[in-house]
Amino acid sequence: MAQGVNIENYSFWYGRTQVVKNISLSAPVRQVTALIGPSGCGKTTLLRSINRLHELHPGTKAEGRIAIGEEDIFSAAVDPVDLRRRVGMIFQKPSPFPHLSVFENVAAGLRLHGLAQGKEVAERVEACLRKAALWEEVKDDLGRKGALLSGGQQQRLCIARALAVEPEVFLMDEPCASLDPVGTMRIEELIRELKHDYTVVIVTHNMHQASRISDQTAFVLSGELVEVGRTKEFFLAPQDPRTEAYLTWKIG
Amino acid sequence: MQAIRRALYSGTREGVFHYVTLLAALGLVALVVSIFLVVTLQSAPAWRAFGLSFLTTSIWDPMANQFGAVPALLGTVITAVLALAVATPLSIGTAVFLSEIVPQSWRRPLSFVVELLAAVPSVVYGLWGLFVLAPWLRTGLGQLLADYLGFLPIFAGPSLGIGVLTASLVLAIMVLPTITAISGEVMRGVPPELREAMFALGATRWEVVTKVILPSSKSGIAGALLLGLGRAIGEAIAVTMVIGNANLIPVSLLAPAQTMASLIVSEFPEAFDLHLSALLLLATLLFSITLIINLIAAWFFYRPSQHVAATAKGSVWAKLLRKGS
Repeated sequence: MAQGVNIENYSFWYGRTQVVKNISLSAPVRQVTALIGPSGCGKTTLLRSINRLHELHPGTKAEGRIAIGEEDIFSAAVDPVDLRRRVGMIFQKPSPFPHLSVFENVAAGLRLHGLAQGKEVAERVEACLRKAALWEEVKDDLGRKGALLSGGQQQRLCIARALAVEPEVFLMDEPCASLDPVGTMRIEELIRELKHDYTVVIVTHNMHQASRISDQTAFVLSGELVEVGRTKEFFLAPQDPRTEAYLTWKIG
Repeated sequence: MQAIRRALYSGTREGVFHYVTLLAALGLVALVVSIFLVVTLQSAPAWRAFGLSFLTTSIWDPMANQFGAVPALLGTVITAVLALAVATPLSIGTAVFLSEIVPQSWRRPLSFVVELLAAVPSVVYGLWGLFVLAPWLRTGLGQLLADYLGFLPIFAGPSLGIGVLTASLVLAIMVLPTITAISGEVMRGVPPELREAMFALGATRWEVVTKVILPSSKSGIAGALLLGLGRAIGEAIAVTMVIGNANLIPVSLLAPAQTMASLIVSEFPEAFDLHLSALLLLATLLFSITLIINLIAAWFFYRPSQHVAATAKGSVWAKLLRKGS
């Protein structure tokens, strides 16, 4: 069941450096929210806070509230391990498990959480691969190692793997950064499909991409949220002069 | 003119540099080959006298000029395998801890301590084995084994303190840093995005280690274990000091025995003629075995399609050279 994401007055520190400064932002359910901004502006940190992945690194501190649906993810009742199952994540570099086959990569999450047994596993794997638009390309050889696929196929495999555990929210950290234009196009098509069933938050450096696939765009600069708006209006008529400057440097 | 002169000058310098390094590299190869040749040639008389029966008979009697390597071969295999059996869980556990669990700031000092173990001279391990471990085993663990499991041939008493068990435990400690350092290096070579991908699926740290880190490092870990095995097989001084040096087929772990290396060390000073040649035949055998083990280990590190091993291989070989194993 898809859920929206609500970020309220969220701040984040690496040691003494504050990289996210009091950001409030909602990612509406079943829409694509794009986070744009220069490298090191804190957008990836913000993204990785939504599944509490940042907690794996010591010396970090977070303040404020992030809610998925109605539930505060930082409340004591939430186990980060369980939270991460509910929040799928796609990384910049395609990361299929190199020792596992295409099939086992998708089944990894199912087996991890005991979500399917016996014949059901194969059905779920096929469904996820179809959803990730990869089934036709791999169905003849599901036993081949996932790492032998092309970069774009690997990224779709990672999406299938994340789909298998039925997340409520999809986080994508520059998912096309290492792909060629064709691979990028296919991932973008896929994201447009996925948003019918999931809430998607995507970090991207590519402003064309943000304008093509997102419903809402947020501009982050030096850890601050400068502007957020419906994508069309955001790109056509930015309200903040800093947004306009950023857009014109990059696009113009 | 200037340009031509510079090209010529630097050309000669490049040329000299080229030949100096080439000479050094060839010299090294020549050295290894000549060591192997000399040892092999000098072992020829023993080979002519005994042939394959050197490998199948178990009487080692310098007085009667009768030499069979079975006790030493078995002693070598048993101590090395036992050492590896003890060291493997400890080293892999330590490597996982250092690579996956300990905070970044503690990793360096702790790794350094582990690597210090490799810097302790063999003879010091031998002394420790003789004066600390052996007495403790004699009255402690060894005595317990002899008392309660003594009816099993492999634990038959008396508990002497020195023998197969003591040698194996000393060897286990000596191979621990090699296996830990190299398998830890391989684990750290696993791309961070694989860890994060597994965490993002909702895996616990334990699941990340057992389902991602260990499976994708298994080739490199196998290589590390083989290097440890090679080291255990070749270790001479420390083993000689604690194994009891008896040319008997080791049946009980509590009984004294002999390895190939310890046999060479303990008898070489008084050996001549056929006896000396027999020891050199043993040395040829030892050299060949460790060479083969190292080649297999290298195959594990350089195996294609193992990107994990490939990323770590540079540092692995650097470590190897530093440890001289």
